[in-house]
Amino acid sequence: MGGATFLFWILATAAVVGAVGVVAFRQPIHSALSLLVCLLAVAGIFVLNHAEFLFAVQVLVYTGGIMVLFLFTIMLVNIRRQAQEPFLHTRAAGALLIGVLFFAIIGSAVVGDMRRQTGEELREPADASALTTTVIKEKVRGEMRETTVMGNSQAVSWSLYRDYLIPFEVASIFLLVAMIGAVVLGKRTMERID
Amino acid sequence: MVETSDYVALSFILFAIGVVGVMVRRNLLTVLMSIELILNAVNINLVAFSRELGDLGGQLFAIFVITVAAGEAAIGLAIIIALYRLKGSVNLDDASELKG
Repeated sequence: MGGATFLFWILATAAVVGAVGVVAFRQPIHSALSLLVCLLAVAGIFVLNHAEFLFAVQVLVYTGGIMVLFLFTIMLVNIRRQAQEPFLHTRAAGALLIGVLFFAIIGSAVVGDMRRQTGEELREPADASALTTTVIKEKVRGEMRETTVMGNSQAVSWSLYRDYLIPFEVASIFLLVAMIGAVVLGKRTMERID
Repeated sequence: MVETSDYVALSFILFAIGVVGVMVRRNLLTVLMSIELILNAVNINLVAFSRELGDLGGQLFAIFVITVAAGEAAIGLAIIIALYRLKGSVNLDDASELKG
């Protein structure tokens, strides 16, 4: 068993344990810390897949930004009072049944696909060099010149600003709208209706 | 050797746990955390297939998914705070005005 395989099983176990903790813990603060474990494990899995830039983004945005936002909200809303109340939904049994059914359907599809793949059609994974190198073709004074840039972050940024420029700009507009919406929703004072 | 199907299996397990969390829990904060779990499961799939196919597109889509998750968390938590001001509770069962 290679080091990468060992690391994968460690990270996968941590991710699944963290995910179960999110659903199973009673207090939201425990769920949030459990989610933190899961997100960091997923970040490690990104590294195993040659996605080093995504690893950095995951740690910065998820564990740095979103989790802090969650912890602030948990601090703002009163959770002490709810500790005594039942924490499951009123129709939890039916929901759990639907969840298990869903688990069985997709699980059987995944397992069946795995069984099919272990036959002779198992092939070599694609060359990972496309994830870490970029070839930039540019015209300099009338002649075409090719430059090779190394590194996953460089490859991601070249692809992001060259091939995915319009989605990138749309994402920036989306973030602006989300920011304004969050400020408006957070500022507005509503009268209580009951 | 870790196969892509192992990543798909892990992603599916996380996705299923997230879906169960969304349906079973009644604390809105935990429901939102379960949605983050689902989005993360999707990201694992995207990154694993990006590795399998040797194509950067999957990683870029994962970046956009993280962007959407950040916006969704900001809006969702603002809604939770607004609901808490309105109801004094973040319990899903208390927000039943639209129930027939």
